[in-house]
Amino acid sequence: MKINSLADLESVKSKALAASAAMEKTVIVCGGTGCLSYGSAELASALERKIKDRKLNAKVMLKMSGCHGFCERGPIVVIEPDKIYYQRVGRRDKEKAAEELVETTLVQGKVVESFLYSDPVTKERMIDYYKIPFYAKQKRIALRNSGHINPADIDDYIATGGYAALVKALAMKPEAVIEEIKKSNLRGRGGGGYPTGRKWESTRKAEGPVKYIICNGDEGDPGAFMDRSIMEGDPHTVLEGMVIAAYAIAKGKAPAHGFIYVRHEYPLAVKNLTKAIEQAREHGLLGKNILNSGFDFDLRINRGGGAFVCGESSALMRSLEGRVGEPRAKYVHATEKGLWDQPTNLNNVETYACLPEIIVKGADWFASIGTKGSKGTKVFSLVGKVNNTGLVEVPMGIPLREIVFDIGGGIRKGKKFKAVQTGGPSGGVIPDSMIDLPVDFDELTRVGSMMGSGGLIVMDEEDCMVDVAYYFVKFLEEESCGKCVPCREGLRRMRQIFDRITTGNGNPDDMVMLEELCTAMKLGSLCGLGQTAANPVMSTINYFRSEYEAHIKDKKCPAGVCKALIAYMIDPESCTGCQLCVKNCPSGAIKGVKKKPHTIDKEICIKCGVCYDVCKFDSVKRK
Amino acid sequence: MQAKVNLKLVDEVIKSWGADPAFLIPMMQDIQAQYNYLPRPALNRLQEKLNIPLTRVSEVATFYKTFSLKPKGKYIIQVCTGTACHLRGAPRIADSFMRELGIEVNGTTKNGLFTLSTVNCLGACALAPVVKVNEDVHGQVSSDKVKKIIEAYAARKK
Ligand SMILES: Cc1cc2nc3c(=O)[nH]c(=O)nc-3n(C[C@H](O)[C@H](O)[C@H](O)COP(=O)(O)O)c2cc1C
Ligand code: SF4
Ligand code: FES
Ligand code: FES
Repeated sequence: MKINSLADLESVKSKALAASAAMEKTVIVCGGTGCLSYGSAELASALERKIKDRKLNAKVMLKMSGCHGFCERGPIVVIEPDKIYYQRVGRRDKEKAAEELVETTLVQGKVVESFLYSDPVTKERMIDYYKIPFYAKQKRIALRNSGHINPADIDDYIATGGYAALVKALAMKPEAVIEEIKKSNLRGRGGGGYPTGRKWESTRKAEGPVKYIICNGDEGDPGAFMDRSIMEGDPHTVLEGMVIAAYAIAKGKAPAHGFIYVRHEYPLAVKNLTKAIEQAREHGLLGKNILNSGFDFDLRINRGGGAFVCGESSALMRSLEGRVGEPRAKYVHATEKGLWDQPTNLNNVETYACLPEIIVKGADWFASIGTKGSKGTKVFSLVGKVNNTGLVEVPMGIPLREIVFDIGGGIRKGKKFKAVQTGGPSGGVIPDSMIDLPVDFDELTRVGSMMGSGGLIVMDEEDCMVDVAYYFVKFLEEESCGKCVPCREGLRRMRQIFDRITTGNGNPDDMVMLEELCTAMKLGSLCGLGQTAANPVMSTINYFRSEYEAHIKDKKCPAGVCKALIAYMIDPESCTGCQLCVKNCPSGAIKGVKKKPHTIDKEICIKCGVCYDVCKFDSVKRK
Repeated sequence: MQAKVNLKLVDEVIKSWGADPAFLIPMMQDIQAQYNYLPRPALNRLQEKLNIPLTRVSEVATFYKTFSLKPKGKYIIQVCTGTACHLRGAPRIADSFMRELGIEVNGTTKNGLFTLSTVNCLGACALAPVVKVNEDVHGQVSSDKVKKIIEAYAARKK
């Protein structure tokens, strides 16, 4: 059915709301990538069967949603309206779990204790979704729908207020929409934090026979997955944001066309977006004469080719043109000469996802959240050595400590916190002494890191800072497009220096050399990849100089990571003699009899680390 | 094993994208989806039908990581080496696969069953370390599970 007016939208909304109100309960099974890999699709079909067997169809609605962010605890099942949060449901036995859930919760109205979240430290079990510490301190704008709605059903999106922003925006003058976004002070979530309203204004002003609106869903930061979750779990939000942008930017007769560039590794995002586009077209929310307003806009999906540099806006545009993704110098502004040399607006997925809320609730509301220079919220991909890993959306300015210790639940296995790394390959590390840093664009830059796309990787005493810098240098060397010399050669030289340092062949000049290379690359590289490649190196040198020195002078890796500098050994105190490592060692280097401490023969050991992985008593040490 | 290339199929792909060189990348993605790699005859056909130099075709084919000019195995193992996985032991996982399969990264086993590759983040970082075999995502893998994963796929019926 075509939606032509606010009244049409309201009627779709009230129908959808009435349908769910007629149900006593809604069972929402997470269908995000994480939960699917734990078999949530099979769980959902088992639930469907049991619900039918018990003749509960008329009372219980079952639906699949996108990601809740807490994928580590998947499969997640939520029961509404009771806000019951079940986790790790049926990891082993889907049939049994479905049976239990239906009998106990749906028939008898009681909770299944074993599915409840239990705090890793206090062991307290919790029922209520929003009281779980992982969620309690979050404020969700971009992620507001993910995990709650069925991404394959446009009515579900409309029921939560979807497309109301578009109706509102189309009733405004385009200039007024831009003013509103400028007033909200929304800054781009893709990395650089450029003010979105300003970018739109420049693209609107630029003259051209056509204008392009691009959504950057390339998500290159290896360790971040917020854009994926949004595209998979709430695709209509992205579409709505893009149509609003197109409307604000289009001028006169010049048509506007849209592209969503999705990372190659995200097939489910492509699937859900494709479906959403079809539905939006059917409903008259995309295509010709949107909402009967006379405004036309349509878009298509392109899959990326697996090149990190294509996340950079000018490289992405070359890739859309069917070419090699090499960046262009920045003095050519994409807002004037972007895709096919026409005025182009490019924003990140999360940026688009914030827009509908800003239009509906107003710029003042958005600007009331966050800090002076960074408004609203930011989604972080909280991973690494914390107890609770996943996607978290928090107000800008929240102290780092709250993210790591309250939401993240502190460090795994009681180990010592060492640092966080933010901003992916463009960012840097922040040491434990700065744990109270308020997290926003400017503060992160001030301490030598970056917001980037929101990767937040927590590291403990067993993580080596030299290895972390080495890791990013290797990553960037591989991903540098090779167009400009400082980046191509600089990264290669840096990698060679790290090859030496991490194998015990470093010399004291190496650090001076690294610092010089960093400066040269910062000044001389053409695009952000080379310009920011210094951050992981410089920040680790600045905050963890002694660790570099230990590698160079003492030929030691204090954290026990750099393979050439360590040996595996077994702690005789804690070893119980369980023989697990003996059985698993591929080279037969571990000797020992049952119930007596085992030993590793250094001559035979190939340092593969299998024993370290299998030991249940943490008795294998790396020194 | 080099695939037998059906040029009609290639032509259909080209046609479905309106024979527009702007869609070179999606065309190559479609061809690769058929053969697991980009066979030379298909690339020749592309340059011919799109009327572009072969250098442009091979430039694109070698720049983007998803494209392969070599045939791949039946099961493509992707070990995630993204940051989250790296810190939770991905290098040990990759080492174990190399050792157990007797091949290097980007190599294919002699029986044509497995190709080993690494990938920068599969977007399932909360399940780190992650390994993907064809379409199956395996989360929280440890180096001792590697052998079991390989055996499970090797034991599958053709
Ligand atoms: C090497 C490099 C990689 C980038 N990768 C991404 C990416 O994966 N996703 C993204 O949205 N922005 C990425 N960016 C930033 C984009 O160039 C661009 O600034 C951003 O997408 C603009 O959108 P925004 O204003 O909404 O943030 C990257 C930048 C560089 C230099
Ligand atoms: S800085 Fe690096 S990635 Fe960017 S254009 Fe130069 S070589 Fe390419
Ligand atoms: S995929 Fe289910 S919580 Fe993330
Ligand atoms: S880092 Fe491995 S899935 Fe993201």
